[in-house]
Amino acid sequence: MEYVIEMLNIRKAFPGIVANDNINLQVKKGEIHALLGENGAGKSTLMNVLFGLYQPERGEIRVRGEKVHINSPNKANDLGIGMVHQHFMLVDTFTVAENIILGKEPKKFGRIDRKRAGQEVQDISDRYGLQIHPEAKAADISVGMQQRAEILKTLYRGADILIFDEPTAVLTPHEIKELMQIMKNLVKEGKSIILITHKLKEIMEICDRVTVIRKGKGIKTLDVRDTNQDELASLMVGREVSFKTEKRAAQPGAEVLAIDGITVKDTRGIETVRDLSLSVKAGEIVGIAGVDGNGQSELIEAVTGLRKTDSGTITLNGKQIQNLTPRKITESGIGHIPQDRHKHGLVLDFPIGENILLQSYYKKPYSALGVLHKGEMYKKARSLITEYDVRTPDEYTHARALSGGNQQKAIIGREIDRNPDLLIAAQPTRGLDVGAIEFVHKKLIEQRDAGKAVLLLSFELEEIMNLSDRIAVIFEGRIIASVNPQETTEQELGLLMAGSTQKEAGKANG
Amino acid sequence: MDIVQILSIIVPATLVYAAPLILTALGGVFSERSGVVNIGLEGLMIIGAFTSVLFNLFFGQELGAAAPWLSLLAAMAAGALFSLIHAAAAISFRADQTVSGVAINMLALGATLFIVKLIYGKAQTDKIPEPFYKTKIPGLGDIPVLGKIFFSDVYYTSILAIALAFISWFILFKTPFGLRIRSVGEHPMAADTMGINVYKMRYIGVMISGLFGGLGGGVYASTIALDFTHSTISGQGFIALAALVFGKWHPIGALGAALFFGFAQSLSIIGSLLPLFKDIPNVYMLMAPYILTILALTGFIGRADAPKANGVPYIKGKR
Repeated sequence: MEYVIEMLNIRKAFPGIVANDNINLQVKKGEIHALLGENGAGKSTLMNVLFGLYQPERGEIRVRGEKVHINSPNKANDLGIGMVHQHFMLVDTFTVAENIILGKEPKKFGRIDRKRAGQEVQDISDRYGLQIHPEAKAADISVGMQQRAEILKTLYRGADILIFDEPTAVLTPHEIKELMQIMKNLVKEGKSIILITHKLKEIMEICDRVTVIRKGKGIKTLDVRDTNQDELASLMVGREVSFKTEKRAAQPGAEVLAIDGITVKDTRGIETVRDLSLSVKAGEIVGIAGVDGNGQSELIEAVTGLRKTDSGTITLNGKQIQNLTPRKITESGIGHIPQDRHKHGLVLDFPIGENILLQSYYKKPYSALGVLHKGEMYKKARSLITEYDVRTPDEYTHARALSGGNQQKAIIGREIDRNPDLLIAAQPTRGLDVGAIEFVHKKLIEQRDAGKAVLLLSFELEEIMNLSDRIAVIFEGRIIASVNPQETTEQELGLLMAGSTQKEAGKANG
Repeated sequence: MDIVQILSIIVPATLVYAAPLILTALGGVFSERSGVVNIGLEGLMIIGAFTSVLFNLFFGQELGAAAPWLSLLAAMAAGALFSLIHAAAAISFRADQTVSGVAINMLALGATLFIVKLIYGKAQTDKIPEPFYKTKIPGLGDIPVLGKIFFSDVYYTSILAIALAFISWFILFKTPFGLRIRSVGEHPMAADTMGINVYKMRYIGVMISGLFGGLGGGVYASTIALDFTHSTISGQGFIALAALVFGKWHPIGALGAALFFGFAQSLSIIGSLLPLFKDIPNVYMLMAPYILTILALTGFIGRADAPKANGVPYIKGKR
C-alpha cells in the first residue's frame, strides 16, 4: 500500500519534556487518518514538525515515498501539505477572498486581479461544496464559514494532504455535520486528511484509521472498523475510562435558587430571556438543554450579576439577589464556572496561583489593610493545586501556559473551595479531553451529593442526560419543558429544543 | 472681499503648511499599517529638515535649480536610514515601540544640533541659497477661478504631496504588496502561515515611514523654514501623527486631516488678511493648530480603527 505521508521515528524534545518520542505515523492516500491523544500528548508537536514549524532531532519524513526535509511552512505548502488551524488564521478586516489569496495573489498590471481571485475562489468552493461569500468581511461571517475559508486557503494553494487541528472544537452540532460532509467530499476528490482530535465519536463516524499517542509515545495504529470507543479511550488515557457517570439517585432538599419571571436583554438590546422561571433545589443537578442562542448565556449572566435583570426576581436561599454586584452575589453563596474560561474565568497572563485566589484575594489572611500577602496566597494556591490535581510546573506558571483541562481544574477548585450553596457550571467540559471530562463530572456529582444545588448548562446532550437529575429545556428565552432524564430520550429532547411542545414531542417519541 | 479672493488666500497658504504634514502622515500610515507604532515621526522630520538644509548649503550654489529637489532625495535617504534604528529596536529586538519612538525624537534633535554647532559654531545654520519658490503651474493655472485658487501661487511640493497620498492609497489597497503590509499589521501569524515574511514587511513599512518623514521634513525646511535650528520642526511630526489617527490610518483620510491641520497652522500667517480673523490677537492664532489637534482627536474621531497588531511585536511560534 502506498503512503502519502510517512513520519518515522520522530523525536522532538523541548527543555524539560520529550514531546515526541520515536513516533511513527503513516497515512495512506485518500484516507481520513485520526491522530488521537489527550491534550498535551504531543499531537500538535508532531503536526508542527510535519508542517515545518519545528525541526525534529531525529527521524525522517517521507512525502509520497520521497524523503524530504521540511524546514518552513512554505516548504510544506510546496509539498502539498496544508494545515487548517484550530485558532483560525483570518484577517478580520479582509474579505474572505483576500484572506484566501494572501501571499499568492493573482496580478494584472501590478494590481490585484480581484475578478480572477473571486472566480478562482468560487470555482474551488463549488468543486468541494464549501459554501462561502468571497466578498464578505471575515469578521462578519459565521464560525462555520470561517472554517470553510481556512480550508479554502489550503486548497487554493494546491494542498492535497490536509491537516485538521481539532476542527470541531468551536462548531455547533449542525456545523459539525456539514464539516464531516466536506471532509468526505475532499477524500472523494483524492485528498488525504489527518484529523487531530480527542473526540472518539467523530473518529468512529468518519475516520478510516487511527493512530493513538500518549505522553509523547506512539501507542498503536488501528483500523477504525476493528475497534470501538471504549478501546480507544483506554488506549488514549492509559486506563479504563467510564463514559456512563456513576451516581446515586438524587435527594433534593430545600429550594436554593428560585428564578421568578425574569426578563433580560442581550448586548444588542433584544429581550433574549423572557419571563423565565426556574428552581434548583439542594442536592440536585438541573441541566439546561437548548440550542445555542436561546438565552442561556444571558440567563447565566443575569444570575451571576454580569448582566442587568430588567424585571422579575432571583432568590438565593430566600434572599433576593437580582442586580446585585457580582461580588455580593458570589459572597451570598454562588460559585460560577464560566462558559468562556479564557475571557471570564482566568487572567491568562497572571500566575495560576493568583488566578486561584481571584475570588478571595481581598479577604484575610490573603490581604490585610489593602496589602496582599503573597506568601499566604501561594500557600493556599499550592494546596488547591494538589487537591484538584492541576498539572502545572509550579504555582507561578502563567495560566496561559496550562492545558485547557488544567485551567478548568483550577477554576473548579477556586469555586468549589469557597463552599457555595449553588454551583453554576456553564459548558464545564468544553474543549476538554475524556480524562478531564471525567474529573469535572465527578466533581459536579460530589457537590450534589454534599447537598449543594448545581445548575448545569451544556450543549452536549449526552452530558445533560448523564449528569442531570432534572432537565429544563430552554427555547427562545423561556423554559418550555421540564423532564426527567430517566423518562426521556435524546430524540424527544431534540424536538423540545426545536420548540415543539412537550405533548407533541412525547407523541412523536411514543 | 469676495469668496474667490478669500479662497485664493486660504488655499495656497493651507497647501504650503499641509504638504509636510501630508507626507509625514503618509509615512506613519505605512509604518502603523504594518504593525509598528511610530511616534518617531517628529525625529524623522528633523533628520529630513537637517539633511536637506545642509545639502542645500553645501551644494546649492553649484546645482542651481536642481538643488532643492536633490536635497529632498538626500533627506529621504537620511530619514530611511535613521528609521532603521526604530525598525531594529521595535521589530528585531522587540523593544517597547513608544520608548523607541521617543528615543528617535530625542536622538534626532540632539545629533543634528550637535553637528550644526560643530560646523557653524552656533545653534543655527545660514539661510539656504536655493529654496523652492511658489509658481503658477503651466496649463492648470490658467483654468478660470479654480486655477487662480489652486494652481497659480503654489509649490510643486504641495502638488507632489497630494499626488503621493493617492499613490499610497493605490499601493496599500490595490496591490499585493499593500495587502501583505496590511496583513502583517492586522494578524501577523496568519500572514506568516501564508508564507509572508512578517519581519521583512515590517522593516519595509518602517523604512517607508523614514522616506516619507524625511521628505516631509525636507519640504518644510525648503519651503517654510529655509534654515535649520532647534525649533525648525516643533511638533509638526506629532501633528502628522494626529492626522494619521484622525484619518483612521487611511492615506486619503490622513490627507484630509493633514489639510485641515495645515489650514490651522496657516491661520497665524494669513489671519491678519482675513475679515473674520483680523481682530483676533496673533498668539491665539499660533495656538490654534495645537488646540484644534486636541479637539479633533478627542471630539470627532469616534471609534478608532487602529490596525489590530499595531504596537505588538511578532514572536514566531507564540500562540
